Amino acid sequence: MNAGILATGRTSRHRAAAPLVLPRFRSPLVFGALAMLFAVLLARSLYLQGFDNAFLQGQGTARHSRELEVPAHRGRIVDRSGEALALSTPVKSLWAFPDKFDATREQIASLAAILDTTPQKISAQLSANEDFAFIAKQVAPELAERAMALRIPGLHDQNEYRRFYPGGEVTAQIVGFTGDHDIGQEGIELAQQGWLAGVPGSRRVIINRRNEAVEDVAAIRAPQAGHDLALSIDARLQYLAFRELKAAVELNKAKAGGLVILDVKTGEILALANWPSYNPNSRNKVMPSTMRNRALTDTFEPGSTMKPFTIAAALEAGRVRPDTVIETAPGTLTIGPNTIHDAHAEGALTVEQVIQKSSNVGAAKIALNLPSETMWEMFSSAGFGSVPRTGFPGEVSGRLRPAKTWRPIEQATMAYGHGISVNLVQLARAYTIFATDGEVKSATLLKTDGFVAGRPVLKPATAHAVRHMLELVTSAGGTAPRAQVAGYRVAGKTGTAHKIEGHAYTNKFIASFVGFAPVSNPRIVVAVMLDEPSAGQYYGGAVAAPVFSIVTGAALRMLGVPTDAPQNNVILPPDGGEIREET
Amino acid sequence: MTRVSVVLLAIVVACALSLVTSRHQARRLYVELTREQAQARALETEYGQLQLEQSTWGMPARVEKIAREQLRMQLPSAARMDVVTLPHS
Repeated sequence: MNAGILATGRTSRHRAAAPLVLPRFRSPLVFGALAMLFAVLLARSLYLQGFDNAFLQGQGTARHSRELEVPAHRGRIVDRSGEALALSTPVKSLWAFPDKFDATREQIASLAAILDTTPQKISAQLSANEDFAFIAKQVAPELAERAMALRIPGLHDQNEYRRFYPGGEVTAQIVGFTGDHDIGQEGIELAQQGWLAGVPGSRRVIINRRNEAVEDVAAIRAPQAGHDLALSIDARLQYLAFRELKAAVELNKAKAGGLVILDVKTGEILALANWPSYNPNSRNKVMPSTMRNRALTDTFEPGSTMKPFTIAAALEAGRVRPDTVIETAPGTLTIGPNTIHDAHAEGALTVEQVIQKSSNVGAAKIALNLPSETMWEMFSSAGFGSVPRTGFPGEVSGRLRPAKTWRPIEQATMAYGHGISVNLVQLARAYTIFATDGEVKSATLLKTDGFVAGRPVLKPATAHAVRHMLELVTSAGGTAPRAQVAGYRVAGKTGTAHKIEGHAYTNKFIASFVGFAPVSNPRIVVAVMLDEPSAGQYYGGAVAAPVFSIVTGAALRMLGVPTDAPQNNVILPPDGGEIREET
Repeated sequence: MTRVSVVLLAIVVACALSLVTSRHQARRLYVELTREQAQARALETEYGQLQLEQSTWGMPARVEKIAREQLRMQLPSAARMDVVTLPHS
């Protein structure tokens, strides 16, 4: 351009042949204009390089580096001997950006074959959302690798963990389960979320054109694996308890049932079974009611299993001795407008026999001789009316009203376990008082090492006296001869309580048995509860005691507890001679 | 003056070369690290699967089923049991 102008200038000079006088300002003007352009360029580059560089550098980094999340391993939940009850294994999820997903028909067909699905389903997943689509969630790593080997553009994989529960329905209610993002939803998974959960880490990498990491720039955070958690549960006893409970619920056509095995020395819950149950590994069709851990989150009126505590309070207060005679004839006791019945009138009974034959009138008469505060004190210190604190979410306290509000009829019915509500773990825990020298051990679901001191509730002599009465219950003349175990002396108490629906008692029952063994040196407390047995039998001695017998016998053998009776110690009464308890 | 320049030039060249080698080293080590990490992940995967397999095979329900059905084992009744007391040693 400039050359052209100059050339034109030259030709005109030749033509005119006159000396061309350039204006004097012309060269400084051109120089100045060029210099100004340079100055503008310089200023712009200075500005980009020196002042406004954060944005550009950010953009640059974003194009060649990525922050990758590194998933952290969630801790395992194991039983007391290290058997896994919940564990995480690495799996992969396949995902794609649908607009960048570009596969041939054959590739989609082989992808569908690997993932065990149909090409139609894959297309449907891709068209469901235009930004992001999961092709397959949580598949085995080798399947994902085979899928990635197809080298389909736009198909990506990511590492995840999947939670498995090897115990399935046997431990479902205790362990609970995790939901999305590995967060505990139920049970121990929920209660111990902070301990079990890992902290995901992240690292910054440089990536190439194909989105592959080529260089680690920095590990921003190392992933921290979660901690393992050991429960007090013994997987073998848990299975035994679950199997026998399930069999008993089905045999007696009951609505539900619960079974608790407690270690007398430490208060640890060795087994806690619930039926109905569910499989936590496939929760698509689970009824929410089966997820409840009934033994901890549901209360019921215990019925006669409360009588030993009434008697213990009276013995401790010195109001009666085990051989004091109580007149229970004619089998009724009228308090104001209300009357308490014994369906099977017995006449004069000793305090021991009141427990052995489970007389309501006898227990009520003993209770009415006591100040209500004394009884309340006994029930409360045995742990009724307060949350068990086993470390399980949603456990309930049950209902024990303050002594001041008790009317005499209520005090009388509470003596045999009506007008008070408990959960099964509370009941099992309270029986540790009679299984030890009068100490209550706090129940826990977490493994404890060594001896755990209890809280003294009764004098050792009182505890031993009640223990002896409870052993009589399982003799041929008691309400639960079927609780007996070959080779071991057992003690316990039956309960058969009318269920409350609304505000009225119905003709549906809750049958229970709580006991411990071996009597000479108790090791375990076993509590069994069946809700609405409806196959004809509903007495605790007929329905729950046989479950106690099977579970206790097998559990003691598994634990290697020495026998304290000959193998032929079981003596059942003649047919029809069984003592029925009062309800 | 020239001698100093030559020495400085030699130092600069040496530095440049060592930078190149160390970059190369870093790349090589990174590749190795990635490979080891991949192996660690694979081993972790396998460990998880083996744990799962172990606990699935070892389920008391399964053990009991095999004992009862395949091995035809059964619990002896109390009448067929004898308890032996070890002599005190």
